[in-house]
Amino acid sequence: MPSPDAAGEAERIVKICAACMYCDGLCPVFPALTGRNDDIAQLANLCHNCRACWYACQYAPPHPLAVNAPATFSRARMETYADHVWPRALRHVFVRPALGAGLMLAATLLTFALLTAMAGAPRSGPGAFYALIPWGAMATLATAALAWATLSLTVSTRRYWRTISAGLSPSPLKPALRRALSDIITLRHLDGGGPGCHDSGLPFSRRRKIFHHLMAGSMVLAVAATLAAAVFEHFLGAKPPFPLTSLPVLLGLAGGVGIVVGAAGLLAVEARMDRDPSDPGETRLNVSFLIALELVTLSGLALLVFRETPAMSPLLLAHLSLVIGFFVGLPASKAIHAPFRAAALLRAALERDVFPRKRITL
Amino acid sequence: MALRGGNARHARNFRIAHDAPLWHTPGAYPAAEFSAELAKISGDRPEETLAGALIEESAQVASWLMGCGVRLQAPDRGVLPYSRRTAFLLGGGKAMINALYATAARIGVAIAYDSEVLALTPTRDGGWEAEIATGGATRRLNARAVVLASGGPGADPAWRRAHFGGNADDILIRGSSYSNGRLMQRLVESGAQTVGDPSSCHMVAVDARGPAVDGGIVTRITAIPQGLVVDRHAGTVEIAGAAPGKSHYAQWGPRIAQCDGGLAFLILDADGVSRSLPTALAPIAAPTLETLADALALDGAALASSVAAFNQGARAIVRPPFSAFPMRAGLTFVHFGLAVDADMRVAENLFAAGMIATPNFFTRFYLAGLGLTLSAVTGRRAGEAAARALA
Repeated sequence: MPSPDAAGEAERIVKICAACMYCDGLCPVFPALTGRNDDIAQLANLCHNCRACWYACQYAPPHPLAVNAPATFSRARMETYADHVWPRALRHVFVRPALGAGLMLAATLLTFALLTAMAGAPRSGPGAFYALIPWGAMATLATAALAWATLSLTVSTRRYWRTISAGLSPSPLKPALRRALSDIITLRHLDGGGPGCHDSGLPFSRRRKIFHHLMAGSMVLAVAATLAAAVFEHFLGAKPPFPLTSLPVLLGLAGGVGIVVGAAGLLAVEARMDRDPSDPGETRLNVSFLIALELVTLSGLALLVFRETPAMSPLLLAHLSLVIGFFVGLPASKAIHAPFRAAALLRAALERDVFPRKRITL
Repeated sequence: MALRGGNARHARNFRIAHDAPLWHTPGAYPAAEFSAELAKISGDRPEETLAGALIEESAQVASWLMGCGVRLQAPDRGVLPYSRRTAFLLGGGKAMINALYATAARIGVAIAYDSEVLALTPTRDGGWEAEIATGGATRRLNARAVVLASGGPGADPAWRRAHFGGNADDILIRGSSYSNGRLMQRLVESGAQTVGDPSSCHMVAVDARGPAVDGGIVTRITAIPQGLVVDRHAGTVEIAGAAPGKSHYAQWGPRIAQCDGGLAFLILDADGVSRSLPTALAPIAAPTLETLADALALDGAALASSVAAFNQGARAIVRPPFSAFPMRAGLTFVHFGLAVDADMRVAENLFAAGMIATPNFFTRFYLAGLGLTLSAVTGRRAGEAAARALA
């Protein structure tokens, strides 16, 4: 009995789930369901695609009711990205994820061409990077790409928040923020209500959560490395490349290795995952983001290893181009899931104050 | 394989005796209270020993299931009000079945899916020979002991026609289509003793648009107290002795089965719908009673007069839009099975567990969460007795 259009199918599934509620202990999606005018845009991002409900569902195919909640939410999630991304033209990426990979690639190649044209004569030692690409050019490009990504993701998230917060009764923000933040940092909802995710079929696993933690935590290290580098440069007068034992390099090295391992782990999980409970478009979005992140990080690590060799100059150009391309494409990539899911978790946390936990009836 | 697990895949909770709060089941449910509630549905059964064993061993079911990898739900999770009588499965019955099959596979149990036991005959050395069909192939297995867990007879249309009379084909099956009782019937034909009444069963009102089998919990119609039930002639349907509007869940199933064509309609107005719990399938809605009658292929004048009579009562059907749920009887299980002793023994080295054995414990109505407890207790008893028979 599945419905051909996405919205109709989501509504059909949600009604069945609301009447059943066997999954109400698995994640926050089911307790949030009412079966009447449910906000699919909110539920779609509240779902972490842990798939516990897919394996637990007595109405999953071949049952004639053909319930597939995670794939339905996965498809609906892609629609929330498409419907709220700013600028609007980027919506096509979430309809055809190959366009997003194309955008990153095009920005990377363009930057590479630009940098190659302005590159100076390579030399080694302190100041070698800026001898190749002047500091001003590097800083301008990087700042512009980062500003673009931040602006776009902020506006997109605001647009999404406006959709899901409509009709929300006022409630204290502070405790809700604390709960939402805890849910975000711990990825509590990748636990399937306790035992873990289904990464590759029926057995429970925490691989996805662990690799995601490793990757996200390492990104924080990478950002810290960049900040440390800025401090070294502007306050301590040091010029990159910095010594191997300096704080920026150590942070960058740890972060880089963590990202490479974490993203590779997530790619391995994606490769072995059951295809049925996901939207194929979302899988492509995940995979292209992870590959892009691997390329950026690996090029950075390669630059670190070979910076004293003639390979330094092409590697620096490649790394800078990949970084810029990555940030240009970021707003129309998997990255959008982070602020959207955070927003959905915040709304769920706010709602929990409006609808307190269930009463104990003995 | 996706449909493995019999009716247990539709279970949600199981009834357990306990004297103190457990992490998964708060409060207490003393054995004496369980015993008194079981006595109300057991008629002249069960024999004291069986009832006592059930209640005593119910206390072990939760820890035994958890030991087999099954997850239970903490009472502060989720939205359903929890009960001191029953423990809830995290993710429901199918999640439990998945865990049990994984455990069985890990400890080396061979599992043959999509297979049917065509015949079971005693062998000269006191064992049994099973003839098993898988796909087109048939093979024979010799076993020194056999535990039957093949379910009650409800899903077999021929069996229903033979025992339920006129509207047997209009009944929907809430559980597994594999619970067809054919193996049980063959054993009865070769002399196995039965227990219970083959024409007595547990039925509730379900949405007529739901699946013919395996509808489970989501097609139940729970809103009957919020409106008026009419038959296909738009005449009012009531349960004799019940106050109008009062719902007796398990009484409405048999009542609807008696209606012409086994079909009835629950009529609600907008207020009735808003008083009701959400349903898996949206009701059929129309702006007026006349157009609703058209949509349901009912006689408009007859429906108007039934509604007018209903509106004399405490609740009225007045505010548009008007809605209707077409309803049929949904069969949960039949109060009929194989007679067993305290070891769940049907015959020498032949044991029974699950719904095929439950009429030894109760033969009327139902208690929430009892089916799964019975399945676990009878299954463990039968398995242990079979193992002892091999020793």
